[in-house]
Amino acid sequence: MTRTTSIVRPLSRLLLPTALLGLAGCESIVLKPAGDVALQQSQLLVHSTLLLLLIIVPVIVLTLLFAWRYRASHTAATYRPDWGHSTRLELVIWGVPLLIILALGAMTWISTHKLDPYRPLDRIDAQRPVAVDTKPLVVQVVALDWKWLFVYPEQGIATVNELAAPVDRPIEFRITSSTVMNAFYVPALAGMVYAMPAMETKLHAVINRAGTYEGFSSNYSGAGFSGMRFTFLGLAGDDFARWVARNREGAAMLDREAYRRLEQPSKQEPVRRYASVDPALYDAIVDRCVVPGQMCQHQMMAIDAAGGSGKAGLSAVASVPWGDGQRRIVAGLCTPTDPLGLRTAAR
Amino acid sequence: MTSDLNATFGQLLGRLSWDAIPYHEPILVATFAGAAVVGLAVLLLITRLHAWGSLWRDWITSIDHKKIGIMYMVLGVVMLLRGFADAAMMRAQQAVAFGDAAGFLPPHHYDQIFTAHGVIMIFFVAMPLVTGLMNYIVPLQIGARDVAFPFLNNFSFWMTAGGVVLVMLSLFIGEFARTGWLAYPPLSGLLQSPDVGVDYYLWALQIAGIGTTLSGINLIATIIKMRAPGMTMMKMPVFTWTALCTNVLIVATFPILAGTLALLTMDRYLGTNFFTNDLGGNPMLYVSLIWMWGHPEVYILVLPVFGIFSEVVSTFSSKRLFGYTSMVYATVVITILSYLVWLHHFFTMGSGASVNSFFGITTMIISIPTGAKMFNWLFTMYRGRIRFEVPMLWTVGFMVTFVIGGMTGVLLAVPPADFVLHNSLFLVAHFHNVIIGGVVFGIFAAINYWFPKAFGYRLDAFWGKVSFWFWFVGFWVAFSPVYVLGLMGVTRRLSHFDDPSLQIWFQIAAVGGLLIACGIAAFLVQLAVSWRHRAALRDVTGDPWNGRTLEWSTASPPPEYNFAFTPNVHDGDAWHDMKRRGHQRPTAGFKPIHLPKNTAAGVVIAGLTTLCGFALIWHMWLVAGVAFAATLVAAIVHTFDYGRDFHLPAETVARTEQARTLQLAAAAS
Repeated sequence: MTRTTSIVRPLSRLLLPTALLGLAGCESIVLKPAGDVALQQSQLLVHSTLLLLLIIVPVIVLTLLFAWRYRASHTAATYRPDWGHSTRLELVIWGVPLLIILALGAMTWISTHKLDPYRPLDRIDAQRPVAVDTKPLVVQVVALDWKWLFVYPEQGIATVNELAAPVDRPIEFRITSSTVMNAFYVPALAGMVYAMPAMETKLHAVINRAGTYEGFSSNYSGAGFSGMRFTFLGLAGDDFARWVARNREGAAMLDREAYRRLEQPSKQEPVRRYASVDPALYDAIVDRCVVPGQMCQHQMMAIDAAGGSGKAGLSAVASVPWGDGQRRIVAGLCTPTDPLGLRTAAR
Repeated sequence: MTSDLNATFGQLLGRLSWDAIPYHEPILVATFAGAAVVGLAVLLLITRLHAWGSLWRDWITSIDHKKIGIMYMVLGVVMLLRGFADAAMMRAQQAVAFGDAAGFLPPHHYDQIFTAHGVIMIFFVAMPLVTGLMNYIVPLQIGARDVAFPFLNNFSFWMTAGGVVLVMLSLFIGEFARTGWLAYPPLSGLLQSPDVGVDYYLWALQIAGIGTTLSGINLIATIIKMRAPGMTMMKMPVFTWTALCTNVLIVATFPILAGTLALLTMDRYLGTNFFTNDLGGNPMLYVSLIWMWGHPEVYILVLPVFGIFSEVVSTFSSKRLFGYTSMVYATVVITILSYLVWLHHFFTMGSGASVNSFFGITTMIISIPTGAKMFNWLFTMYRGRIRFEVPMLWTVGFMVTFVIGGMTGVLLAVPPADFVLHNSLFLVAHFHNVIIGGVVFGIFAAINYWFPKAFGYRLDAFWGKVSFWFWFVGFWVAFSPVYVLGLMGVTRRLSHFDDPSLQIWFQIAAVGGLLIACGIAAFLVQLAVSWRHRAALRDVTGDPWNGRTLEWSTASPPPEYNFAFTPNVHDGDAWHDMKRRGHQRPTAGFKPIHLPKNTAAGVVIAGLTTLCGFALIWHMWLVAGVAFAATLVAAIVHTFDYGRDFHLPAETVARTEQARTLQLAAAAS
C-alpha cells in the first residue's frame, strides 16, 4: 500500500510550483513590465515556456504513469525483460526534441537580433514605430562603489541614484563602471547589461508608462552591493523638462575633482544632483584617465601598437591612489640597479 | 635581540597575526567550539578503540580503490554538512533582513558565506561524491582489480582533502573570499580584495584541482586499458561510459581552471596585469576562461549521475536498459557540446547578437540528447517490473524534478529571456533544480544502491524513504518561491531587502530549507540505524538487488583483489548474462594475485603541498619555500621506493574464496 502513495504524491508536489508560478504572474514585474523591450522579452519567455511544456508535460505524465502501471505488484501488466531497442521509438525520442529545438532555435535567432541591446529601437510599442528623425535620449551610466551616476550629455546635468526618462522616447544608455563589474538593471524597462570598467556597453530601451520604478545592480560587486539601488522615473508630458530644470537649480558641478570624491566607496548614498557636468568626464572614465596627468587607455594602446614607449613611458601610468588612499595602482619596472622596481613606482 | 627575534618570527609568520583569529565573531567562535568538541570526541573515540594503527594502515595509506572511494564519500558527506550550514544561514538571513532589520549577518560575513557555499558544494561536496562513486564502482564494473595507477589515486584523494583543509581553515584563521564562487576580477583582484580570502580560494582550488586532474587521467587509463576480456566499448556498463566521458571532460577542462587561477594568482602575487582594469588587463578574459572550465564542470557532475540512474532504473525495472546505443551516443554528444556553450553565462556582457544566438542555440541542442536519455529511462520502465526500493524512488523523483530544471535551463539559453533572468533568483532556482534534482538525488540513489556492496549490509529502507520525501518536498518548497522571486525581478547575492512584499516568499523558502535539513538528518539517522541493524540487513549473496553488472558478482564487501579470476564478458549486462547462463563461481585453481602495496607517500606529499599553500596564502615566504622544496624531495624519494607491490599468496585467496563459498551455502540452505 505504501508503494501506491509513494508514486501518487509526486504529482501533487508537481502541481504546487506550477500554481505558484501562476500566482506570481499578478505581481511579477518581469512578466508585466512597463517598457516595450522588457515586454517583448517577457513575451518571448512565455512563448518559449509554452513551447517547451509541449514535451515536458508528457514526459512527467508518462513517468508517473509508467511508474504506476509497471509497479512490481501489478503482475497483470506486460513484462518484457529483454526488450531494449525500437528504431521507431528512437526516431520519436530524438526527433520530437529536435523539432522543438528547431522551432525554438529559429525564435532565438530572430529575437536575439531583434532585441539586441546594441540595436537602436525601431518601435515604441507594438503599434507605434519610431519616427525617422527621432533622436534618442542619451544617458551615460557609471556604476560606482556602491551607487549609480547618470550623466545626461544633451541636458548637461548629472544625478546620483535617480534616473529619469520621458515616456515613449527611445533611450540610449552607454554603460561603464569605475572599479568592478556591476550590471545595470531596471526590470520594468529592459533586460540587464553589464557595467564594466574600461569598457562601454550599450542598451536601447523605452518606457511606455509613467511611474516610479526600481533599478539596481544585478551583479554582485562587494560590501555595499545590497544597497546599490536607484529610482527610475518614467515621466510623461512636461514632467521630464521640469525634472531637468529642477536638477539645474543647484550649483553643484560635476568636474573631475568632484567625480574623484564621489568615486570613493560609500554605501546607501542619497540622491544627488549636479547642475552641470564636465562634458569630457564620461569619456575620461571609460578611458581611465580622470586623474590629471594619467595616460588614457586609448593613448596607451596606440603607443603599444606603435611598438611601445619603453621605460620612459612608465612614468605616465605609475601610481594612482585609490579607495582609502592606502592602496595604489602601481606600475613598476625592475632593472639591475632597482630590482624591485621601487623607484619608478614611488615616483 | 628582541627585535631580531621579532623580525625572524615576522618572516616566519608573514601577515598572519592574532588579528586574523575571528574571536570577535560569535557565530564563528560557536562554530569553532562545536568543531573542537566534535573533533576531540572523534579523536578520543579513535584512541579508545585503539584504531589509530588501523586507520593509518587500512585507510590513510591505502591504495585500494574501494577504500579511497569510501574516503571520498565520507569527505563529501562531511562537507555537505558544512555547505548546508552555509545555505541555512543564507536562508535565515534572507528571511529576516527586511527594511530596518539588518539580519544577523553583516555583508562582510554574508558575502563570505555565499562564496563558501558555492565553492564547497561544487568542489568539495559534489566532486568528491562523484569521484568517490567512480573510484569505487568503475573498476568493479569493468572486472579490474584496481585502477591503473593506484598510488596516484591515493595522492589525488589527499590533494582534494588538502583543498578542503584550506577552505575549512579559512573559517578560523583569516577569512574566505567575498567574491562569489567564481571570483570574478576586478573584484577578486588585489585592489578590491587585498585580504587573504581570495588567496585561500585560489590555493584551495589549485591544490584540489591537481588531485581532480590526476584522478581523471587515472580513471581514463583504467577504463581504456583495464576492461575484462570481452568487454568492448559498446559492452561497457552505462555508468562506466558516463565516467569515461566525465573524466575526459575533467582532463580537458581542469587545466583551463588551473591556468586561469594561476593568472589571477600572478596578478595578486607578482603584480602582473592579466585581469586588472589598468595597464592593458582585461577582466572579461577571466570570465570567458573560467566558464570554459565552468560549463563543462556541470556536465562533469551530472554525466556520472545520468549513469547512476541508468543502472538503477534498469536494475529495479528488472529489465534491460532501453536504447543502450542511443544512451552512449547521447552521452558522447553531451560531452562534445558541453565545450561549445560557455558563453551563455555572459550573454549580458555585450557580445553581438550573432554570437549570443550561436551559443544560445548550441545550449538548446544539448537538451536533445538529454531529452533522449530521459525517454530512454522512461522506456526502460515501460513493460518492466518496477520495485520501488529507495534508489528507484530517488530516480523517479529525479525524473519529474530534473525536467523542470531542464526546461528553465533552456529558457535561460534564449538570450533575450536571459537578459531579464540572468543573475536573478530564477537562475539560482534553475541551477539548484538541476544540481539538487540531478546530482544530489543521483548521489543519494547511488549511496542507497551501492552501500550494501561497499559495507556488506543494506541501508534501512524506512529512513531512506523518510530522507527521500523530506528532500523531495523540501526541494520544491525551498526553490519554487525562489523561481517566483526571480520572476519578480529579485537578483542573487543580496543580504538585505527593502520591499516587504518579498518577505513571505523568502520565509517559505526557509521552511523548505528546514525540510531539507530534516532530509539530511534522516540520512544520518539512516546510516546509524542501518549500522545498528546490520546483522538483519546483512547481504551475504553480494547481489541484493538482482543486479546486472559485474560489481554484483563479487562478495559484499569485495575482497581486496575484487576478482579471484578476471571474468569473461559476453554481454552488456555481463552479470545478468552470467547468471542466466548458470555461471558457476570458480572454487579452485587460485593463483597468487599481484597487488600494489600501501604507501604514506600520498598523504605526505599532499600534506606538504597544503602547507606550502597555507604559507603562500599568508605570505610566509620562508615556510612556503621550505615546504615546496620538501614536497619535491618527498616526491623524488618516493620514486626510489621499489617495494611497491606484492603477491597475495594463492592460499590466502583460496581461504577468502572458501569462506565466501561457505557463506553462500549457508545463505542458500
